[in-house]
Amino acid sequence: MICFRLQQIFSYHEREREGFRAFAVSLSIDSNSTFTPIDHRSDGMDRRLQFAFVLLCLGLLSSTARSDLVVSKAERLVDLNSHIVRVLSKLKVENEGPDDVSEVLLALPDAQAKNLAAIRTFYSDGKLGFVLPTEPIEPKGMPSDVTYYSIALPKKLGKGKTVSLDVLSIFTRSLKPFPEEITQAESQLVVYTDNMYYTSPYPVKYQSLVFRLPGRVESYTKYPKVELVKSELRYGPFEMQPAFSYSPVVVHFENNNPFAVANELVREIEISHWGNVRVTEQYTISHGGASLKNGFSRIEYQARPYMRGASSFRVLIAKLPARAHSVYYRDEIGNISTSHLWGDSQRTQLEIEPRFPIFGGWKTTFTIGYSLPLHDFLFEADGGKRVLNMTFGCPLDEVLVEKHIVKVVLPEGSKDITVATLFPTKQSEDVKYSHLDILGRPVVVLEKDNVVPEHNLYFQVYYKFNNISLLSEPMMLIVGIFLLFVACIVYMHTDLAISKTSSSYLEKLQWEEVQATVQHIKNIFDQYLAAHDKLESSLRDLSRSGDVQSCKAARKAADAQFKELAKELKPLLTFLQSCSQASSILPKIEELVTKEKEMQEKEMAKHTTVVDCFEKKLGGKDIESRIASQQQKLTSLKQEVESLLDSISEI
Amino acid sequence: MATSKVEGSSSLRHAFGGVLSVFILLLIGVVAFSIRLFSVIKYESVIHEFDPYFNYRVTQFLSKNGIYDFWNWFDDRTWYPLGRVIGGTVYPGLTLTAGTMWKLANSLNIPLSVETVCVFTAPIFSAFAAWATYLLTKEVKGPGAGITAAAILAMVPSYISRSVAGSYDNEAVAIFALIFTFYLYIKTLNTGSLFYATLNSLAYFYMVCSWGGYTFIINLIPMHVLLCIVTGRYSSRLYIAYAPLVVLGTLLAALVPVVGFNAVMTSEHFGSFLVFIIIHVVALVYYIKGILTPRLFKVATTLVLTVGIAVCAVVVAILVALVASSPTKGWSGRSLSLLDPTYASKYIPIIASVSEHQPPTWPSYFMDINVLAFLVPAGIVACFLPLSDASSFAVLYLVTSVYFSGVMVRLMLVLAPAACIMSGIALSEAFGVLTRSMKFHITKYFECSHTEAPAKLGESTSTESSAPLENMTKSDTTEKPEVARKEKVARRKQKKEKELTENAHVKPVSAKKEKRPLVLPLEASIVSVFLLIVLGGLYVLHCVWAAAEAYSAPSIVLTSHSHDGLHVFDDFREAYAWLRHNTEVDDKVASWWDYGYQTTAMANRTVIVDNNTWNNTHIATVGTAMSSPEKAAWEIFNSLDVKYVLVVFGGLVGYPSDDINKFLWMVRIGGGVFPHIKEADYLKDGQYRVDAQATHTMLNCLMYKLSYYRFVETDGKGFDRVRRYEIGKKHFKLTHFEEVFTTHHWMVRIYKLKPQKNRIRGKSRKSKLGSKSTSSKSGGMTHKNPWN
Repeated sequence: MICFRLQQIFSYHEREREGFRAFAVSLSIDSNSTFTPIDHRSDGMDRRLQFAFVLLCLGLLSSTARSDLVVSKAERLVDLNSHIVRVLSKLKVENEGPDDVSEVLLALPDAQAKNLAAIRTFYSDGKLGFVLPTEPIEPKGMPSDVTYYSIALPKKLGKGKTVSLDVLSIFTRSLKPFPEEITQAESQLVVYTDNMYYTSPYPVKYQSLVFRLPGRVESYTKYPKVELVKSELRYGPFEMQPAFSYSPVVVHFENNNPFAVANELVREIEISHWGNVRVTEQYTISHGGASLKNGFSRIEYQARPYMRGASSFRVLIAKLPARAHSVYYRDEIGNISTSHLWGDSQRTQLEIEPRFPIFGGWKTTFTIGYSLPLHDFLFEADGGKRVLNMTFGCPLDEVLVEKHIVKVVLPEGSKDITVATLFPTKQSEDVKYSHLDILGRPVVVLEKDNVVPEHNLYFQVYYKFNNISLLSEPMMLIVGIFLLFVACIVYMHTDLAISKTSSSYLEKLQWEEVQATVQHIKNIFDQYLAAHDKLESSLRDLSRSGDVQSCKAARKAADAQFKELAKELKPLLTFLQSCSQASSILPKIEELVTKEKEMQEKEMAKHTTVVDCFEKKLGGKDIESRIASQQQKLTSLKQEVESLLDSISEI
Repeated sequence: MATSKVEGSSSLRHAFGGVLSVFILLLIGVVAFSIRLFSVIKYESVIHEFDPYFNYRVTQFLSKNGIYDFWNWFDDRTWYPLGRVIGGTVYPGLTLTAGTMWKLANSLNIPLSVETVCVFTAPIFSAFAAWATYLLTKEVKGPGAGITAAAILAMVPSYISRSVAGSYDNEAVAIFALIFTFYLYIKTLNTGSLFYATLNSLAYFYMVCSWGGYTFIINLIPMHVLLCIVTGRYSSRLYIAYAPLVVLGTLLAALVPVVGFNAVMTSEHFGSFLVFIIIHVVALVYYIKGILTPRLFKVATTLVLTVGIAVCAVVVAILVALVASSPTKGWSGRSLSLLDPTYASKYIPIIASVSEHQPPTWPSYFMDINVLAFLVPAGIVACFLPLSDASSFAVLYLVTSVYFSGVMVRLMLVLAPAACIMSGIALSEAFGVLTRSMKFHITKYFECSHTEAPAKLGESTSTESSAPLENMTKSDTTEKPEVARKEKVARRKQKKEKELTENAHVKPVSAKKEKRPLVLPLEASIVSVFLLIVLGGLYVLHCVWAAAEAYSAPSIVLTSHSHDGLHVFDDFREAYAWLRHNTEVDDKVASWWDYGYQTTAMANRTVIVDNNTWNNTHIATVGTAMSSPEKAAWEIFNSLDVKYVLVVFGGLVGYPSDDINKFLWMVRIGGGVFPHIKEADYLKDGQYRVDAQATHTMLNCLMYKLSYYRFVETDGKGFDRVRRYEIGKKHFKLTHFEEVFTTHHWMVRIYKLKPQKNRIRGKSRKSKLGSKSTSSKSGGMTHKNPWN
């Protein structure tokens, strides 16, 4: 578990904006660290509320319930650089009452609270830093147009003691484009509204407010204590303000940073125990800023850099985990070729460019997919469980995800699935069928709205899985193919005729019998030919050694074999003659028989001549001249026989 | 040699040959599949070109909604406002095939997307086509020729051009269906089995489902039957092969909605019915001849002939009158342009405007069938030695397809299998002759080295049969086909192991050699074999080159190599993606019909016209709008509810097939229906041009304006890289249209119709003018707008 915490901290570090970086460095996380659930009350309360507020504040000045706590110092830093607004409030809370206090309340006007994506409280006591649990509550006897959050202090705050708390709250959709429609050449102006004083249920002794701005300021609420220094707009300091003080402050400024909003992101994480985690992310991205009017002109976009469309964005950068491979980037009509991938041992960075530059109000969809090595993300846990440790959020930089769905597809046969997240999500279960599944793979579905980069924390999925189940699919394939072959063998070797008495069936049987007979006859003739060869070779031996006796013996043996073969052949021939189906082959076979007979005679004659000649001790030349004609006939006969045999063998 | 060894080796050889040929066929299938994957490897797994996008969209619909909804699908996203009944106007074979494959894979829980299945359908069916070619050629000339033909077909460039991965078009499955139907026809003809005849009808049914080219089958087979009858080759086998095909096949064909009653009503099918009647008459004559005495038969003949001819004349006269009464003589436009190559360019510009309907040039023959063009004549000769029913069919198929390919480039595809079969036969015969004579010489040499006596023996044999060709011809003709086939088995083995023959194979074979020795000199045959192998190698090289370089581009993504590496032009998809995400779902997009299918499939927007050019008037309306001045065009488009106009413009990057180059067809087609568009107004010295010399009409038409709007600002001169000159009118403003999107390389430009101008000036005239403006608008439209 330790290792996960460290990773979480690491991810904090990664995700903190520069301004807050120093802040998180010394943090470590307590076991009960958690995020505050965000409560979206869309009760339609908007700026009208501000009026009510002012009135409220007047009425409440004296009657704050827990007036024994006092905020001695509140410094607010509002970062307006991106479209996600981050407010860091550095608070010093002092207990002026007699009793020990264990919780501190935070207050947010409802108008802001409905845009709140995350709130987090950091606490530091010298060396160690903590993230304190921050929960929404509804305390009694307090003004109702305010949402309250309670911070549970790690130890009770005694009388006269002070505690330092750093509260980071993140708001989305708080920058309203004004004007709402701009042309390509114009830059985007947005309006941000806030309370000049720190909204708190406690009196605030000393406070200041700083806006960090990305560029030119069009206008801002004038006030005696305000100064604009470079890109910072400073209000205050204000001293001794009562609880729930309110005074609106409006900043109208230029913000051309990409207002990339993912209307929906479906992240599917599929685990394969063969060693791979496959992540597929389907984005629907739109531009949340001022919408484009008067069309898009490519010539102005390309030829005049100053009219390039400052408000549009062309590139998005995804930070993928290290060792990500098989990365792809496509949409429903195919691959998108405009992307770059870098990687080192720490991380992989994917720069993607949508098919067209995204202007205000434009929308596009695409899919990113990549594979990760399993051993980087899957670990053994206690009780024989396995645990998957992955980041929750979207890997794209500074993208607000309106509807974030994470699907974790576990391997088939996983059991006892539990999920641990650092913030509440809507959980459900599903089943996915893929790659020869029978039971289907269990899917854990986590849903969360309004996800900001600060939600890019690790979450864990615990499950039990038996490695034997890995083999089930290959085995199924093997068995399937084996059965196919068995079926083929069975089909080839069984008689599937329905009617065993039908004429065609009988014919077929008879035909098979004929074929067998013909094969047999062929064998016999092959033996004949072999016998002829033997005779010939005996003659050759004779010419070499002159051993007449062995030659005669060979002839005798051949004679005997010929007779035997003739005997064997006879019943086969009679069968063929009786058989109607053999009529097509019969003439050939008969021809074969006669040819062979002829050949036998010739062979014998030749043999006799040669042997005679040898006995008479005639010269080699003489012998040759004598048998020349016989030899010639013999070879032609042999050839005929062989071709007949060939033709018979192919029926 | 031992008896058992001889016997064992021969049966082993058969078993080995069988296994080997199965293995070779498998490899051929793999080659056919993998040579078509260049497009996926070099580009991506994506659907290509235009028509495949429509097929892909239909397949998506089928896989999503099921078969019944598919038959009843009325598509309102195209041909606005007419729509199109997809189920009744599409050849469903391809879609159903891919849909079934997808369903099968998904039912086994193999998660393939519809797109993946569609992309790989064509390569899979190419492998099937190669196997079907093996079967067909085996029926014609034995398995040796079969395997050679299959190997050749697996990589013939002409077929590759239509079946690379992603080329999801009807032809992809239709060529397989075509070859397989022919195979079953020949198989039936050779066996006379009703089983195969039934299968043949089913294969024909599949072909009818797949492609309009089925009319080729239903005309070629009757032609062959007629040829057989005329040459006195009538047999019961012929009857069985033909009669069931016509009856069953026509019934089945009529089941396909897009064919329906055309199967009996159009002239394309009349030939088959005529031959159907003829074959029955001939069958009757043969039957009567069998039961009558010769003298009686003669009497009957004269009687029947006189009556028969009279009846026939009447029937024919009626038929001719019926057919002649229809304007196209009962033929569809495409068929007519086949019979009369000049027909389309005279009467149907829409058919003539498609480049694949033009006659091919000679280089395209070399490109598409390469060395096969030289092997084909040899194959024809081999088919005549001896001429069987099957080989006469092969020759007939070749001759007709050569004619058709000469009329339309597209039909080169039909020629390709025929050329492959012929070349397969030629190569296999040549190898057979050469290797046999080589083997003869080698065995002779082998025996010489052992004894002297058999050496003489061999010599005498060779002198005896020293007239090689005649000898071979004679023996071939006298023997039954079975014998010939057996030879082919041996020959095929020899061919496949030709390298081995010289050394390893000598021993087992030496027992049965010099069957019909052919005395080509050893050296000559070795050289010839070597040359043939080189020829084959060149063919393979050419095919791989063609597959990799020429035919793999998906045409929606273009690439170019420049000094700084590969450059990708993905403008089409950029535009379609923009339309898909940033316009309303029901917006109508007008463009020239080439981009209709892609717009509906990729951008999911309603189009006015698309590549299914069924309504000439509608296309002419769009053509007219494109060639009219801005205001008139705006009125036409507005009356069609069009919100966006899409033009393709290649002038910036030099993409030649852009709308300005297609403009002459817009004018021609538009002018064909609406005579106020006169082609002459756009021509300067008989040429379409958009430079300074162009006509006033040309420089003011919508297409010119939409293409070149603010183009001059890119380089200050307005130099068009396709036409290679500066454009004529450089600075102008659009009054009725507004540029909303132009892609990165300017290849696609999208304009929006500006809303109607508010013409009301004074309060007092408001009510009066309000009603008047609409009426005057419609009045004006009747004048200019052909749509009303």
